[in-house]
Order: sequence, then C-alpha cells, then structure tokens
Amino acid sequence: MALLQIAEPGLSTAPHQHRLAIGIDLGTTNSLVATVRNSVATVLNDEVGRPLLPSVVHYGRDGRVDVGYSAQSRQSDDPHNTVVSVKRFMGRGLKDISGHDSLPYQFIDSPGMLQLKTVAGPKSPVEVSADILRRLRERAEASLGGELVGAVITVPAYFDDAQRQATKDAARLAGLNVLRLLNEPTAAAVAYGLDNGAEGTYVVYDLGGGTFDVSILRLSRGVFEVLATSGDSALGGDDFDHRIYCWILEQTGLSLLSARDTRLLLSKARNAKETLTDHGIAPITAVLGDGFVVDLTLTSEIFSDISRSLIGKTLQPVRKALRDAQLNVDAIDGVVMVGGATRMPQIRRAVADFFGSEPLTNLDPDKVVALGAAIQANALAGNRSDDDWLLLDVIPLSLGLETMGGLVEKIIPRNSPIPVARAQEFTTFKDGQTAMAIHVLQGERELVSDCRSLARFELRGIPPMVAGAARIRVTFQVDADGLLSVAAREQSSGIESQIAVKPSYGLSDGDISRMLQDSLHHANDDMEARSLREAQVEAQSLIDATTAALHADAELLDSDERQQIDRVLDRLNATVASGDAADVRNATEALNHATTDFASRRMDKQIRTALAGRKLTTLE
Amino acid sequence: MNIDFNQNHFQLFGLPACYRLDLSSLEQAYRQIQAQVHPDKFAHLGDVDKRMSLQWATQANEAYQTLRRPLSRARYLLQLNGIDTAEETNTAMPADFLMEQMEWREAIGDARAAQDLDELEALARRLKHEVTVLQQQVASLLDEQQAYSSAAEIVRKLRFLEKLDHELGDAIEAAQ
Repeated sequence: MALLQIAEPGLSTAPHQHRLAIGIDLGTTNSLVATVRNSVATVLNDEVGRPLLPSVVHYGRDGRVDVGYSAQSRQSDDPHNTVVSVKRFMGRGLKDISGHDSLPYQFIDSPGMLQLKTVAGPKSPVEVSADILRRLRERAEASLGGELVGAVITVPAYFDDAQRQATKDAARLAGLNVLRLLNEPTAAAVAYGLDNGAEGTYVVYDLGGGTFDVSILRLSRGVFEVLATSGDSALGGDDFDHRIYCWILEQTGLSLLSARDTRLLLSKARNAKETLTDHGIAPITAVLGDGFVVDLTLTSEIFSDISRSLIGKTLQPVRKALRDAQLNVDAIDGVVMVGGATRMPQIRRAVADFFGSEPLTNLDPDKVVALGAAIQANALAGNRSDDDWLLLDVIPLSLGLETMGGLVEKIIPRNSPIPVARAQEFTTFKDGQTAMAIHVLQGERELVSDCRSLARFELRGIPPMVAGAARIRVTFQVDADGLLSVAAREQSSGIESQIAVKPSYGLSDGDISRMLQDSLHHANDDMEARSLREAQVEAQSLIDATTAALHADAELLDSDERQQIDRVLDRLNATVASGDAADVRNATEALNHATTDFASRRMDKQIRTALAGRKLTTLE
Repeated sequence: MNIDFNQNHFQLFGLPACYRLDLSSLEQAYRQIQAQVHPDKFAHLGDVDKRMSLQWATQANEAYQTLRRPLSRARYLLQLNGIDTAEETNTAMPADFLMEQMEWREAIGDARAAQDLDELEALARRLKHEVTVLQQQVASLLDEQQAYSSAAEIVRKLRFLEKLDHELGDAIEAAQ
C-alpha cells in the first residue's frame, strides 16, 4: 500500500470508499469524540445533543457501569465507586499523587500503577479510562453507522512513556485501533492552523482539567513543526477547584470531612470557579452531612489572590519552552489558548501580560483538541484531502540510562524530533562480568532517584572478559507515538536482549487479555466475523495498491522479480474470498514481504524526484 | 529491511558537504523528505511499510539534527574526513583556555548563588559572543583551509562552551 500512496500523493487510496476514523480527546474532566464528515471536522454529540462526555465512571453493585452525566450525578452520594479525573492516575503509583489522602477513594498501591477499590472489584486507571473510551466508540459507531478503521487519541504533550503506554493500553482495551497518540497542543495547532491559514511561530497554552502543556510550533506551508514543548502533568483546573475548596475550609474552620462532604464541596468549588468567569462574584452554599451550613461569597479579588501561585506555576514551563526553542517573546506571532481552564480571566490576563499581546481565544477551548485529532485521524486512515500537510513532533522529556553512582546518562535529549533512535556503548567494570543490568529512565535531573524509572532489564551471557573489554551497545528507539523501545547488544558476541519498554506499572499483555475477556460481555460482537472483514479490507487495499504500483513503476523490477510479485499477488487474490481470516492475513503478509524491495526502490525514486531541482547543481 | 542508506547526511539532503551550510535549504530538503517518509503517511498500511517508514524518518531526523547545529555539523564534517574529535578522551587543552573556563565557572556560580538574573543573562550574552567567534574560526578552518586537526581543537573548545551554556541555562531557570 505504500506503493499506491507514493504513486499518487494527495489522492485518496480508494476514492469510492471513505474510511471511518475518529479523534478522541480523553480529558481529565471531559472527553469528546470528533470525526471528519464531508471534509469538515465535527464533534459527535450524544443522543440528546451534548458534545461533552464528563470523564466520570460509576461502578454499581449490580455490575452496571455508568459513564458521563449519569455517573457524575452519583459522585456525592457514592464517592468511593465514582471515579473522576482518572487521567491523573494513569501510569502513576500512589506516591506520585500529591494529596491523595484528601481524595475520596480507597487506593490499592500495586507496583507501578495504583488501583481503586470499588464494589465491582479493584479497577486500574487503564480499565476506568477504557470504560470512557468504549462509550465514545459506541457513540461514534452509532452516529457514523459503520465500522471504525481506527482512532487518534490525544495525550498531554508532557506525558511520559508510562502515561502514554497506559493510554494506548486503555484504547486497546476499549476495542479501538490506535492510529496515533497525538499531543494535545499539537492537535489544537492543527485545528487552529488549518482553519485560519496561520503562518509563523505560535505558542499553544493548554491548561486542561488536570494537565498543563505548552508547545511552541512553527507553521509554514502546511508543515506543523514543534520546536519545543514543556509542561506539568499534574497541574490543571482541578488544582484551582482545590484552592477554592481549601479556602472554604479555612473560612468555615471545617476539617476532617467525610468522602461525601469532600466531593460535595469540591463540586461547589468548581461551580463557583465557573460562575466567577461570567459574573465576577459567586455564592457558595451547601448543607453537609451533619447539617452544617456553608454560606460564603467568593469574589474575583479573593480568587485572584488564592490562585496567583498556581498561575505563576504555568509560566515556568512557558519560559523553559522558549529557552529550549531559543526564542524571545517578541518572536511569537500568536498564543492559542486551549482547555476549559483558560476561560478564567485571571489566566488570560497573565498570559497577555507575559507575551505583551492578547491571546487568541476565537475557538472553542473545549473542542479544538478533539477536532485536531479528528483531522489527523482522517489523514492517517488514508482519506487524503487536497491540502496535504505534515506534523513534526518532539519527545517532551529526556531519556537516559543509569550509570555508576546512581547518575543518569542522557541518551536522547528532550525536544528531539520523533521518531528518533540513538545508540550508546557501555562496558563492564569487573573482570569476568557476564551480566549487566540496564535501567532506563526519563526526566531532566541528574540523579536516578529524581527521574522516572521506565524499565529495568538484564543482558545476560556476556562472554567473560577483562573489565572494560566488553562493548555493549544500547539502542533507544522512540516511535511517532512517543513510545520507547530499547535493545541491547554485546558487540563481540552478538548477544542481544530486546524489550519494548513495558513501563514499570506492570500491565502485561496477559493482564490486557484478561481485561479484554472481562469486558467481552459488554460488547458481544461477533469477533470472528469482524476479524475476517478487517482482514479482507486490508487485503483488498494491498491488492489495489500493488496493482497500481506495478502499473506506475514497472521499470523498477526485472522479470524474475515481477513474476515473483505476480505469483504472490494471485495467491492473495484467490484467498480473499475464502472464509478464513488467518489465511487472508498470511497471504497479505506474504505480499507485503514480496513487495518490500519494490517499495523501498519506489521510495528512493520518490525522494530523488522530490529533491531533483537541487541535486542537479550540488551532487556530483 | 534493506534500505540503501549509504549516502552521508549531506548527500541525503542533496547539499554540498561544507560547514557554511544554507540552513533554509537544509530545512526545505528535510521537510520534503519527511513529507515522503514520515510514519503519519504510513499509518494505514501494513507492518512492513510502517517499519520502513520508521527507519527512514528516524534517519532523516538524525541527519537533520546533526547538520542543523553548528557544533555537531563541524564534528560530523571532521568525521567524514577521518578525524575523531575525541571530546571525551582528549582533554589536553591549552592552559589559558582552562584558566578561562575556571573563571567562567566561578562567575556563573557567584551569579547563581546571588540569584542575579541580570548578571546571568549578561554572562549568557558574553558566552554567545565567544561561541560566535570560535564558530567563525571553525568555518574558515574547515571550508577554506581544510585544516582539520586545528578545527578539531576548536570543536573541543566549543564543547566546553556548550557545557557552560547548559549550566547557565539551569542557573537562569533556577533564578526565575
């Protein structure tokens, strides 16, 4: 299929067939799903016309799972079993969650990633997120009336590997084919940039419910190039609610509230914050479980006062990103505001003061990320449109290895464009040493204890040599989703140890399949029929592409090679109609392999053509 | 995968192998190649195509990052000419240069301890000037004189200054 695309850039792979793909903004507070219909990106509403799905899941005693508004209404009366802001727990252990003792949950601290105790049993944040994603998938399927090719799921740009992996696992669990994990500010830039034909250097300031990102992008002739990104994956609108909540406790002298009262006052705090944005003054009234009456008035002045340090906290990553991009504020052509929390006038004022110009607020800060994800999903699914564009993103945090003395040696610096690979050689420090532990870390600090541990693995069977004689080459590969895999190889013996970094949170493939089994009664699809249909669609696309490529670039093959491809192509053609998914997949894979060289030559040819103008003058 | 990737980074972008590179041509060529090979263009395809795209796009990024930055570009040019700059092992620097390094470190340390942001930024500007002077020397040594071992010595100096720049960046971050 690479074949066809190279032959006809900018054209749809199959004009008659629009492949259904969706973009999902899996938010801390609210989630959305969007798609591109008739070349226009639109958010898909629920059955009563509401675009947002509150990211809240309620687990009932009877096994019933409520998601969204119906779950939200349970958070005060059944707080232990109503999970809100689960995104904050993704890929996180209990020790990573500051203030977890004031949250109304019963946590289970399992290795790597915490779990929540509910009446439906222990729930990992991955499972809770999957429940949200499944609801969005159902909404999309009902609304589009067909099968989805796949989804683009957005993640905060500042998410580390563990958080990204957890998000991808959740999507798999919800039965979604993940086309790409896309950084939220980048998604916003795509939606904004394509909509406004923007050119220049832009900052995306994205303050969501629980995460803060800032990205600096250069937009130029259809290329969106991220120059630097920074942020805080535990800072968002929730923290402003929490400040108001603390202020309520201070004002009333209350302490040691029940889970129910805590949840009640946190919702009142959020309502007050939203009321303030429109009215400048907000009454807060509530009756607690023991009959105590809260009756307070929050003014803009008080709120500005208690939220000042939080707003200041968002400006540090902004400075860091500017420095990494080697830019001053006067080089910025515009600041795009994303995330519901940027509605707060205090935030807008602080950003305007910092950049010396009013931020751009002419788009819906709740929807722009989902719309950008939908546009990207549409392109990735193979529905090319006329305006061809390209996203070049970066890795947000440096990757490194533990070396002697608990220090971290950086292998890939932050803000490197992805995909990226880097190899580094290490040696043994003792005579006769036959094993070596590899500890992979992510973060900017020098000490192992200050960085996030992503994985540990061991390279065994190094032939005994004197200290310093072995040469161990460790290769890091970060793919376009920002996910890492690591391979290690002893150079003289060729002993290899390869791992896809399954981060330390410990969700193995076995866990995933168990969860999939568990969730099967939710979606009683005919899995086999579905699998066959998918295999047939993929096979047909490959047949079409190969045929078109053979037609376009026949001269790249000699007659033996041509015969070989024709033979495998015929076999796939014959197999497609059969009723066996495995056969179809095998024959598809065979054709894929048979055309690898051909595809490579066509790629080469294509690049030469792309650079042709320059090459005449500069290459010998 | 058997992708023919024997060409060097300059050849990949169709640019002449020199230090004084036209950065806008580099950027344009980089974008043209990524537009062909980036994994986003292959997301709907089979695993073979995806793997190939990942390798090509990784190589293109590696080549671009190497040529984009003056220090790594100089290092790479020397490497193409068979000179290893040996920055980790060859630390035999001229005594006056090492003296200057100590003075730099003291100045940064003092300004950092005093949280003196203005002083730190003044130091950053001075450092930038010194880097520019050394880069001009490298340009002439590489592009006109082909004096590779002299260029390698300046590359080693620039490596010292790069470390200073990181230290300054950290200090500025801490002072803000």
